Amino acid sequence: MTLSVSNLSFSYGTKDALKGVSFALAPGFCALLGPNGAGKSTLFALLSRLFTTPDGRIEIAGHDLNAAPRDALAALGVVFQQPTLDLDLTVAQNLRYFAALHGLSGSDATQRIDRALTRLDMAERAGEKVRALNGGHRRRTEIARALLHDPKVLLLDEPTVGLDAASRSAITAHVHDLAGEGMTVLWATHLTDEIRDTDRLLILHQGTLLADGIAGEVTGGAPLQDHFLALTGPRAA
Amino acid sequence: MRWLPALRAIVAREGLRFIHQRERFISALVRPLVWLLVFAAGFRAALGLSITPPYQTYITYETYIVPGLCGMVLLFNGMQSSLSLVYDREMGSMRLLLTSPLPRWWLLTCKLLGSTVISICQVYAFLAIAALFGITVAPLGYLTVLPALLIAGLMLGALGLALSSFIKQLENFAGVMNFVIFPMFFLSSALYPLWKMAESSELLHDICAANRFTHAVELIRFALYSEINLPALGWTFLATAVFGAAALWGYDPARGLIRKRS
Repeated sequence: MTLSVSNLSFSYGTKDALKGVSFALAPGFCALLGPNGAGKSTLFALLSRLFTTPDGRIEIAGHDLNAAPRDALAALGVVFQQPTLDLDLTVAQNLRYFAALHGLSGSDATQRIDRALTRLDMAERAGEKVRALNGGHRRRTEIARALLHDPKVLLLDEPTVGLDAASRSAITAHVHDLAGEGMTVLWATHLTDEIRDTDRLLILHQGTLLADGIAGEVTGGAPLQDHFLALTGPRAA
Repeated sequence: MRWLPALRAIVAREGLRFIHQRERFISALVRPLVWLLVFAAGFRAALGLSITPPYQTYITYETYIVPGLCGMVLLFNGMQSSLSLVYDREMGSMRLLLTSPLPRWWLLTCKLLGSTVISICQVYAFLAIAALFGITVAPLGYLTVLPALLIAGLMLGALGLALSSFIKQLENFAGVMNFVIFPMFFLSSALYPLWKMAESSELLHDICAANRFTHAVELIRFALYSEINLPALGWTFLATAVFGAAALWGYDPARGLIRKRS
Protein backbone atom coordinates (compact mmCIF):
# COMPACT_ATOMS: atom_id res chain seq x y z
CA MET A 1 0.00 0.00 0.00
CA THR A 2 1.46 3.37 -0.96
CA LEU A 3 -0.93 5.52 1.03
CA SER A 4 -2.50 4.38 4.23
CA VAL A 5 -4.54 6.33 6.72
CA SER A 6 -5.66 4.78 9.96
CA ASN A 7 -8.11 6.10 12.47
CA LEU A 8 -7.53 9.73 11.55
CA SER A 9 -9.52 12.34 13.47
CA PHE A 10 -9.36 16.12 13.51
CA SER A 11 -11.47 18.90 14.91
CA TYR A 12 -11.61 22.69 14.55
CA GLY A 13 -12.26 23.62 18.15
CA THR A 14 -15.42 21.73 19.05
CA LYS A 15 -16.40 20.97 15.48
CA ASP A 16 -15.31 17.52 14.32
CA ALA A 17 -14.03 17.64 10.76
CA LEU A 18 -12.80 14.03 10.51
CA LYS A 19 -13.95 11.14 12.66
CA GLY A 20 -11.75 8.04 12.68
CA VAL A 21 -11.14 7.82 8.94
CA SER A 22 -9.21 4.76 7.72
CA PHE A 23 -8.33 3.56 4.23
CA ALA A 24 -5.37 2.15 2.33
CA LEU A 25 -4.57 2.74 -1.33
CA ALA A 26 -2.48 0.75 -3.80
CA PRO A 27 -1.27 2.30 -7.11
CA GLY A 28 -4.21 3.36 -9.27
CA PHE A 29 -6.90 6.01 -9.37
CA CYS A 30 -8.98 6.59 -6.26
CA ALA A 31 -11.71 9.19 -6.11
CA LEU A 32 -12.58 10.83 -2.84
CA LEU A 33 -16.16 11.92 -3.30
CA GLY A 34 -17.93 14.15 -0.84
CA PRO A 35 -20.21 17.17 -0.75
CA ASN A 36 -18.85 20.57 0.25
CA GLY A 37 -17.82 20.57 3.89
CA ALA A 38 -17.40 16.79 4.03
CA GLY A 39 -13.84 17.08 5.31
CA LYS A 40 -11.98 16.53 2.03
CA SER A 41 -9.82 19.63 2.32
CA THR A 42 -9.04 18.90 5.96
CA LEU A 43 -7.99 15.37 5.01
CA PHE A 44 -5.74 16.80 2.28
CA ALA A 45 -4.21 19.35 4.64
CA LEU A 46 -3.35 16.54 7.05
CA LEU A 47 -2.00 14.33 4.25
CA SER A 48 0.25 17.16 3.04
CA ARG A 49 1.23 18.04 6.63
CA LEU A 50 0.00 21.63 6.49
CA PHE A 51 -1.14 20.76 9.96
CA THR A 52 -0.88 17.66 12.09
CA THR A 53 -3.07 15.78 14.50
CA PRO A 54 -2.15 13.43 17.33
CA ASP A 55 -5.17 11.26 16.50
CA GLY A 56 -4.41 8.68 13.86
CA ARG A 57 -1.60 7.74 11.56
CA ILE A 58 -0.67 8.51 7.95
CA GLU A 59 1.84 6.54 5.91
CA ILE A 60 3.06 7.67 2.51
CA ALA A 61 5.14 5.19 0.49
CA GLY A 62 5.99 3.39 3.71
CA HIS A 63 7.05 6.51 5.63
CA ASP A 64 5.15 7.59 8.71
CA LEU A 65 4.23 11.26 8.16
CA ASN A 66 4.72 12.12 11.81
CA ALA A 67 7.91 10.19 12.43
CA ALA A 68 9.65 10.83 9.10
CA PRO A 69 7.86 13.85 7.60
CA ARG A 70 10.57 14.73 5.11
CA ASP A 71 10.79 11.25 3.57
CA ALA A 72 7.01 11.09 3.41
CA LEU A 73 6.66 14.55 1.79
CA ALA A 74 9.40 13.73 -0.73
CA ALA A 75 7.18 10.91 -2.03
CA LEU A 76 4.12 13.14 -2.28
CA GLY A 77 2.88 15.42 -5.06
CA VAL A 78 0.03 17.81 -4.35
CA VAL A 79 -2.27 19.87 -6.53
CA PHE A 80 -4.14 22.25 -4.27
CA GLN A 81 -7.65 23.44 -4.81
CA GLN A 82 -6.56 27.08 -4.90
CA PRO A 83 -4.21 28.04 -7.68
CA THR A 84 -0.65 28.38 -6.38
CA LEU A 85 1.21 29.55 -9.47
CA ASP A 86 3.10 32.81 -9.64
CA LEU A 87 1.26 34.66 -12.42
CA ASP A 88 4.17 36.92 -13.33
CA LEU A 89 6.57 34.05 -13.94
CA THR A 90 6.65 31.75 -16.94
CA VAL A 91 5.50 28.15 -16.79
CA ALA A 92 9.11 26.93 -16.74
CA GLN A 93 10.12 29.44 -14.03
CA ASN A 94 7.26 28.28 -11.82
CA LEU A 95 8.35 24.69 -12.24
CA ARG A 96 11.97 25.54 -11.61
CA TYR A 97 11.05 27.25 -8.33
CA PHE A 98 9.19 24.16 -7.20
CA ALA A 99 12.04 21.88 -8.29
CA ALA A 100 14.39 23.91 -6.10
CA LEU A 101 12.08 23.45 -3.13
CA HIS A 102 12.67 19.75 -3.64
CA GLY A 103 16.42 20.16 -3.88
CA LEU A 104 16.54 19.81 -7.68
CA SER A 105 18.51 22.24 -9.84
CA GLY A 106 20.63 22.54 -12.96
CA SER A 107 20.30 20.18 -15.91
CA ASP A 108 18.53 17.57 -13.79
CA ALA A 109 15.74 20.06 -13.07
CA THR A 110 15.63 21.14 -16.73
CA GLN A 111 15.21 17.55 -17.93
CA ARG A 112 12.52 16.86 -15.38
CA ILE A 113 10.65 20.04 -16.34
CA ASP A 114 10.77 19.11 -20.04
CA ARG A 115 9.56 15.61 -19.27
CA ALA A 116 6.72 16.72 -17.00
CA LEU A 117 5.51 19.38 -19.44
CA THR A 118 5.64 16.93 -22.36
CA ARG A 119 3.67 14.42 -20.32
CA LEU A 120 0.88 16.98 -19.90
CA ASP A 121 1.09 18.30 -23.52
CA MET A 122 2.35 21.62 -22.24
CA ALA A 123 5.90 21.62 -23.65
CA GLU A 124 5.26 24.38 -26.19
CA ARG A 125 3.98 26.70 -23.46
CA ALA A 126 7.05 26.51 -21.24
CA GLY A 127 8.10 30.09 -22.03
CA GLU A 128 4.66 31.68 -21.59
CA LYS A 129 3.74 33.72 -18.56
CA VAL A 130 1.16 31.97 -16.43
CA ARG A 131 -1.04 35.06 -16.55
CA ALA A 132 -1.52 34.45 -20.29
CA LEU A 133 -2.74 30.86 -19.83
CA ASN A 134 -6.35 29.76 -19.59
CA GLY A 135 -7.66 27.91 -16.53
CA GLY A 136 -7.21 24.46 -18.03
CA HIS A 137 -3.57 25.08 -18.94
CA ARG A 138 -2.86 26.56 -15.53
CA ARG A 139 -4.16 23.38 -13.96
CA ARG A 140 -2.06 21.23 -16.24
CA THR A 141 0.96 23.31 -15.28
CA GLU A 142 0.23 22.60 -11.64
CA ILE A 143 -0.12 18.89 -12.30
CA ALA A 144 3.14 18.88 -14.27
CA ARG A 145 4.76 20.69 -11.37
CA ALA A 146 3.50 18.14 -8.87
CA LEU A 147 5.17 15.38 -10.92
CA LEU A 148 8.66 16.92 -11.09
CA HIS A 149 10.12 14.97 -8.19
CA ASP A 150 8.59 11.65 -9.33
CA PRO A 151 6.21 11.26 -6.40
CA LYS A 152 4.73 7.87 -5.61
CA VAL A 153 1.49 9.43 -4.45
CA LEU A 154 -0.35 12.30 -6.12
CA LEU A 155 -3.08 14.23 -4.28
CA LEU A 156 -5.45 16.48 -6.20
CA ASP A 157 -7.98 18.58 -4.32
CA GLU A 158 -10.92 19.35 -6.62
CA PRO A 159 -8.57 20.13 -9.48
CA THR A 160 -11.29 20.79 -12.05
CA VAL A 161 -13.17 23.49 -10.15
CA GLY A 162 -13.97 26.41 -12.43
CA LEU A 163 -12.92 24.69 -15.66
CA ASP A 164 -15.05 24.21 -18.78
CA ALA A 165 -16.26 20.73 -19.76
CA ALA A 166 -13.52 20.08 -22.34
CA SER A 167 -10.68 21.01 -19.98
CA ARG A 168 -12.31 19.04 -17.22
CA SER A 169 -12.50 15.82 -19.20
CA ALA A 170 -8.99 16.31 -20.61
CA ILE A 171 -7.49 16.71 -17.15
CA THR A 172 -9.49 13.81 -15.74
CA ALA A 173 -8.24 11.62 -18.59
CA HIS A 174 -4.63 12.76 -18.11
CA VAL A 175 -4.65 11.88 -14.45
CA HIS A 176 -6.30 8.51 -15.11
CA ASP A 177 -3.40 7.82 -17.48
CA LEU A 178 -0.90 8.70 -14.75
CA ALA A 179 -2.63 6.26 -12.41
CA GLY A 180 -2.46 3.64 -15.16
CA GLU A 181 1.32 4.10 -15.24
CA GLY A 182 1.61 3.00 -11.62
CA MET A 183 1.09 6.13 -9.56
CA THR A 184 -1.22 6.25 -6.56
CA VAL A 185 -3.71 9.04 -7.21
CA LEU A 186 -6.18 10.42 -4.70
CA TRP A 187 -8.57 12.76 -6.47
CA ALA A 188 -11.01 14.74 -4.32
CA THR A 189 -14.17 15.90 -6.03
CA HIS A 190 -17.86 16.50 -5.58
CA LEU A 191 -18.59 15.80 -9.24
CA THR A 192 -19.67 12.22 -9.95
CA ASP A 193 -19.04 12.37 -13.72
CA GLU A 194 -15.27 12.47 -13.14
CA ILE A 195 -15.31 8.96 -11.73
CA ARG A 196 -15.16 5.79 -13.85
CA ASP A 197 -16.83 2.55 -12.83
CA THR A 198 -13.46 0.85 -12.49
CA ASP A 199 -12.00 3.52 -10.14
CA ARG A 200 -11.59 2.97 -6.47
CA LEU A 201 -14.13 5.14 -4.65
CA LEU A 202 -14.24 6.62 -1.16
CA ILE A 203 -17.33 8.56 -0.13
CA LEU A 204 -16.77 11.02 2.69
CA HIS A 205 -19.63 12.75 4.44
CA GLN A 206 -19.56 14.82 7.61
CA GLY A 207 -16.09 13.57 8.46
CA THR A 208 -16.96 9.86 8.15
CA LEU A 209 -16.23 7.39 5.34
CA LEU A 210 -19.57 6.05 4.09
CA ALA A 211 -18.26 3.84 1.31
CA ASP A 212 -14.97 2.29 0.20
CA GLY A 213 -14.72 0.04 -2.84
CA ILE A 214 -14.70 -0.13 -6.65
CA ALA A 215 -17.13 2.51 -7.91
CA GLY A 216 -19.21 0.13 -10.03
CA GLU A 217 -19.60 -2.27 -7.12
CA VAL A 218 -20.28 0.38 -4.46
CA THR A 219 -23.28 1.67 -6.41
CA GLY A 220 -24.61 -1.82 -7.12
CA GLY A 221 -25.18 -0.89 -10.75
CA ALA A 222 -27.16 2.27 -9.99
CA PRO A 223 -25.96 5.60 -11.41
CA LEU A 224 -23.31 7.01 -9.09
CA GLN A 225 -25.05 10.36 -8.91
CA ASP A 226 -28.22 8.76 -7.49
CA HIS A 227 -26.29 6.59 -5.09
CA PHE A 228 -24.25 9.59 -3.88
CA LEU A 229 -27.36 11.72 -3.31
CA ALA A 230 -29.05 8.88 -1.49
CA LEU A 231 -26.09 8.68 0.88
CA THR A 232 -25.38 12.36 1.38
CA GLY A 233 -28.37 14.34 0.15
CA PRO A 234 -30.90 16.06 2.41
CA ARG A 235 -33.05 12.94 2.53
CA ALA A 236 -30.17 10.72 3.58
CA ALA A 237 -30.42 11.78 7.18
CA MET B 1 18.10 16.28 -0.29
CA ARG B 2 20.06 19.40 -1.24
CA TRP B 3 19.26 22.55 0.65
CA LEU B 4 20.98 25.26 -1.33
CA PRO B 5 18.78 25.25 -4.45
CA ALA B 6 15.84 26.16 -2.20
CA LEU B 7 17.74 29.08 -0.70
CA ARG B 8 18.72 30.38 -4.13
CA ALA B 9 15.21 29.95 -5.51
CA ILE B 10 13.45 31.59 -2.57
CA VAL B 11 15.82 34.57 -2.50
CA ALA B 12 15.55 34.96 -6.27
CA ARG B 13 11.76 34.80 -6.07
CA GLU B 14 11.68 37.52 -3.41
CA GLY B 15 13.89 39.62 -5.66
CA LEU B 16 11.75 39.07 -8.74
CA ARG B 17 8.62 39.84 -6.83
CA PHE B 18 10.17 43.05 -5.59
CA ILE B 19 11.16 44.08 -9.09
CA HIS B 20 7.64 43.39 -10.31
CA GLN B 21 6.21 45.66 -7.63
CA ARG B 22 7.79 48.93 -8.67
CA GLU B 23 5.46 51.00 -6.48
CA ARG B 24 6.76 49.15 -3.47
CA PHE B 25 10.33 50.06 -4.29
CA ILE B 26 9.48 53.69 -4.90
CA SER B 27 7.44 54.05 -1.73
CA ALA B 28 10.16 52.31 0.26
CA LEU B 29 12.55 54.93 -1.03
CA VAL B 30 10.32 57.98 -0.87
CA ARG B 31 9.21 57.41 2.73
CA PRO B 32 12.62 57.92 4.39
CA LEU B 33 13.55 60.64 1.91
CA VAL B 34 10.49 62.66 2.89
CA TRP B 35 11.58 62.37 6.50
CA LEU B 36 15.13 63.28 5.66
CA LEU B 37 14.50 66.19 3.35
CA VAL B 38 11.31 67.67 4.76
CA PHE B 39 10.89 66.68 8.37
CA ALA B 40 14.56 66.98 9.27
CA ALA B 41 14.90 70.34 7.55
CA GLY B 42 12.04 71.70 9.63
CA PHE B 43 13.34 70.19 12.83
CA ARG B 44 16.91 71.28 12.48
CA ALA B 45 16.22 74.66 13.99
CA ALA B 46 14.14 73.32 16.84
CA LEU B 47 16.48 70.61 18.05
CA GLY B 48 19.94 71.19 19.46
CA LEU B 49 22.14 68.11 19.49
CA SER B 50 25.13 67.74 21.76
CA ILE B 51 28.13 65.62 21.00
CA THR B 52 27.45 62.03 22.00
CA PRO B 53 29.18 58.89 20.70
CA PRO B 54 29.68 57.88 17.97
CA TYR B 55 29.73 61.56 16.87
CA GLN B 56 32.89 63.49 17.51
CA THR B 57 31.69 66.87 16.47
CA TYR B 58 28.47 68.83 16.23
CA ILE B 59 26.18 67.26 13.68
CA THR B 60 23.11 68.44 11.85
CA TYR B 61 19.78 66.84 12.54
CA GLU B 62 19.79 65.33 9.03
CA THR B 63 22.97 63.47 9.89
CA TYR B 64 21.45 62.31 13.15
CA ILE B 65 18.37 60.69 11.68
CA VAL B 66 20.05 58.84 8.78
CA PRO B 67 20.64 55.65 10.85
CA GLY B 68 17.08 55.82 12.16
CA LEU B 69 15.78 56.09 8.63
CA CYS B 70 17.90 53.10 7.58
CA GLY B 71 16.17 51.29 10.44
CA MET B 72 12.84 52.57 9.14
CA VAL B 73 13.48 51.04 5.72
CA LEU B 74 14.28 47.70 7.40
CA LEU B 75 11.26 47.95 9.69
CA PHE B 76 8.78 48.74 6.94
CA ASN B 77 10.25 46.13 4.67
CA GLY B 78 10.12 43.49 7.39
CA MET B 79 6.44 44.27 7.88
CA GLN B 80 5.86 44.37 4.14
CA SER B 81 7.22 40.86 3.79
CA SER B 82 5.07 39.82 6.71
CA LEU B 83 2.10 41.22 4.80
CA SER B 84 3.09 39.29 1.71
CA LEU B 85 3.36 36.10 3.79
CA VAL B 86 -0.20 36.56 5.01
CA TYR B 87 -1.19 37.20 1.40
CA ASP B 88 0.70 34.07 0.29
CA ARG B 89 -1.16 32.10 2.89
CA GLU B 90 -4.55 33.34 1.78
CA MET B 91 -3.66 32.80 -1.87
CA GLY B 92 -2.25 29.33 -1.33
CA SER B 93 1.35 29.67 -2.45
CA MET B 94 2.45 29.32 1.15
CA ARG B 95 1.25 25.73 1.00
CA LEU B 96 3.60 25.03 -1.82
CA LEU B 97 6.47 26.15 0.36
CA LEU B 98 5.34 24.27 3.45
CA THR B 99 4.81 20.95 1.68
CA SER B 100 8.43 20.91 0.53
CA PRO B 101 10.34 18.04 2.14
CA LEU B 102 12.97 20.45 3.47
CA PRO B 103 12.73 21.26 7.18
CA ARG B 104 10.36 24.09 7.92
CA TRP B 105 12.94 26.09 9.86
CA TRP B 106 15.17 26.09 6.81
CA LEU B 107 12.35 27.23 4.52
CA LEU B 108 11.49 30.05 6.91
CA THR B 109 15.17 31.00 7.18
CA CYS B 110 15.38 31.19 3.39
CA LYS B 111 12.31 33.44 3.34
CA LEU B 112 13.86 35.61 6.02
CA LEU B 113 17.20 35.90 4.22
CA GLY B 114 15.40 36.74 0.98
CA SER B 115 13.48 39.61 2.50
CA THR B 116 16.56 40.87 4.36
CA VAL B 117 18.62 41.00 1.18
CA ILE B 118 15.88 43.10 -0.44
CA SER B 119 15.79 45.37 2.62
CA ILE B 120 19.53 45.94 2.51
CA CYS B 121 19.44 46.85 -1.18
CA GLN B 122 16.79 49.44 -0.36
CA VAL B 123 18.87 50.88 2.48
CA TYR B 124 21.82 51.34 0.13
CA ALA B 125 19.58 53.00 -2.45
CA PHE B 126 18.41 55.36 0.29
CA LEU B 127 21.98 56.06 1.45
CA ALA B 128 23.00 56.78 -2.16
CA ILE B 129 20.25 59.36 -2.59
CA ALA B 130 21.02 60.89 0.81
CA ALA B 131 24.64 61.21 -0.36
CA LEU B 132 23.45 63.05 -3.45
CA PHE B 133 21.94 65.62 -1.10
CA GLY B 134 25.25 65.92 0.69
CA ILE B 135 24.44 63.77 3.71
CA THR B 136 27.32 61.33 3.85
CA VAL B 137 29.49 59.29 6.21
CA ALA B 138 33.10 58.21 5.75
CA PRO B 139 33.50 55.77 2.81
CA LEU B 140 34.47 52.93 5.14
CA GLY B 141 31.20 53.45 7.03
CA TYR B 142 29.21 52.25 4.03
CA LEU B 143 31.03 48.93 4.28
CA THR B 144 31.04 48.51 8.05
CA VAL B 145 27.31 49.19 8.22
CA LEU B 146 26.59 46.08 6.15
CA PRO B 147 26.79 43.49 8.97
CA ALA B 148 24.73 45.78 11.20
CA LEU B 149 22.07 46.07 8.49
CA LEU B 150 22.10 42.31 8.10
CA ILE B 151 21.52 41.63 11.80
CA ALA B 152 18.95 44.40 12.20
CA GLY B 153 17.22 43.28 9.00
CA LEU B 154 17.07 39.69 10.23
CA MET B 155 15.65 40.83 13.57
CA LEU B 156 12.88 42.90 11.99
CA GLY B 157 12.24 40.25 9.33
CA ALA B 158 11.91 37.60 12.04
CA LEU B 159 9.47 39.86 13.86
CA GLY B 160 7.45 40.18 10.66
CA LEU B 161 7.55 36.41 10.18
CA ALA B 162 6.36 35.82 13.74
CA LEU B 163 3.57 38.39 13.37
CA SER B 164 2.45 36.87 10.08
CA SER B 165 1.87 33.56 11.81
CA PHE B 166 -0.44 35.18 14.34
CA ILE B 167 -2.40 37.40 11.96
CA LYS B 168 -5.41 35.43 10.83
CA GLN B 169 -6.55 37.59 7.95
CA LEU B 170 -5.14 40.20 5.66
CA GLU B 171 -7.61 42.76 6.99
CA ASN B 172 -6.02 42.63 10.43
CA PHE B 173 -2.85 44.07 9.06
CA ALA B 174 -3.87 47.64 9.79
CA GLY B 175 -3.61 46.75 13.47
CA VAL B 176 0.02 45.81 12.96
CA MET B 177 0.66 49.26 11.52
CA ASN B 178 -0.93 50.98 14.50
CA PHE B 179 0.29 48.75 17.27
CA VAL B 180 3.68 47.58 16.04
CA ILE B 181 5.27 49.73 13.36
CA PHE B 182 4.36 53.19 14.61
CA PRO B 183 5.12 52.61 18.30
CA MET B 184 8.36 50.84 17.42
CA PHE B 185 9.47 53.66 15.21
CA PHE B 186 8.39 56.66 17.29
CA LEU B 187 9.35 55.20 20.66
CA SER B 188 12.95 54.74 19.63
CA SER B 189 16.14 56.68 19.16
CA ALA B 190 15.49 56.91 15.43
CA LEU B 191 14.19 60.49 15.50
CA TYR B 192 15.48 61.87 18.81
CA PRO B 193 18.39 60.95 21.03
CA LEU B 194 17.39 59.16 24.22
CA TRP B 195 18.81 61.89 26.47
CA LYS B 196 16.54 64.37 24.73
CA MET B 197 13.62 62.07 25.44
CA ALA B 198 14.61 61.90 29.13
CA GLU B 199 14.28 65.68 29.37
CA SER B 200 10.58 65.44 28.63
CA SER B 201 9.72 62.19 30.40
CA GLU B 202 11.71 59.54 32.24
CA LEU B 203 9.05 56.97 31.49
CA LEU B 204 9.21 57.65 27.75
CA HIS B 205 12.97 57.39 27.94
CA ASP B 206 12.75 54.00 29.66
CA ILE B 207 10.29 52.70 27.11
CA CYS B 208 12.53 53.87 24.26
CA ALA B 209 15.58 52.34 25.89
CA ALA B 210 13.79 48.97 26.17
CA ASN B 211 12.57 49.07 22.57
CA ARG B 212 14.48 46.56 20.45
CA PHE B 213 14.22 48.88 17.49
CA THR B 214 16.31 51.43 19.42
CA HIS B 215 19.07 48.85 19.69
CA ALA B 216 18.87 48.08 15.99
CA VAL B 217 19.13 51.79 15.18
CA GLU B 218 22.05 52.32 17.55
CA LEU B 219 23.83 49.30 16.08
CA ILE B 220 23.46 50.85 12.63
CA ARG B 221 24.43 54.32 13.90
CA PHE B 222 27.72 53.12 15.39
CA ALA B 223 28.45 50.83 12.42
CA LEU B 224 28.07 53.77 10.04
CA TYR B 225 31.01 55.31 11.91
CA SER B 226 32.90 52.00 11.92
CA GLU B 227 32.33 51.40 15.61
CA ILE B 228 30.69 48.51 17.42
CA ASN B 229 27.99 49.15 20.00
CA LEU B 230 28.27 45.88 21.92
CA PRO B 231 25.14 46.15 24.09
CA ALA B 232 23.07 47.02 21.02
CA LEU B 233 24.62 44.10 19.16
CA GLY B 234 23.83 41.71 22.01
CA TRP B 235 20.23 42.86 22.35
CA THR B 236 19.64 42.73 18.62
CA PHE B 237 20.99 39.17 18.45
CA LEU B 238 18.85 38.14 21.38
CA ALA B 239 15.74 39.71 19.88
CA THR B 240 16.43 37.98 16.54
CA ALA B 241 16.60 34.65 18.36
CA VAL B 242 13.38 35.31 20.30
CA PHE B 243 11.41 36.52 17.25
CA GLY B 244 12.80 33.63 15.19
CA ALA B 245 11.71 31.12 17.81
CA ALA B 246 8.25 32.72 17.93
CA ALA B 247 8.00 32.42 14.15
CA LEU B 248 8.96 28.75 14.26
CA TRP B 249 6.41 28.17 16.98
CA GLY B 250 3.75 29.99 14.97
CA TYR B 251 4.47 27.95 11.85
CA ASP B 252 4.66 24.61 13.68
CA PRO B 253 2.14 22.33 11.96
CA ALA B 254 1.01 20.88 15.28
CA ARG B 255 -0.37 24.14 16.64
CA GLY B 256 0.10 26.84 14.08
CA LEU B 257 -1.82 29.22 12.05
CA ILE B 258 -2.73 27.41 8.93
CA ARG B 259 -5.15 25.08 10.60
CA LYS B 260 -7.57 27.94 11.26
CA ARG B 261 -8.92 28.20 7.77
CA SER B 262 -6.99 26.51 5.13
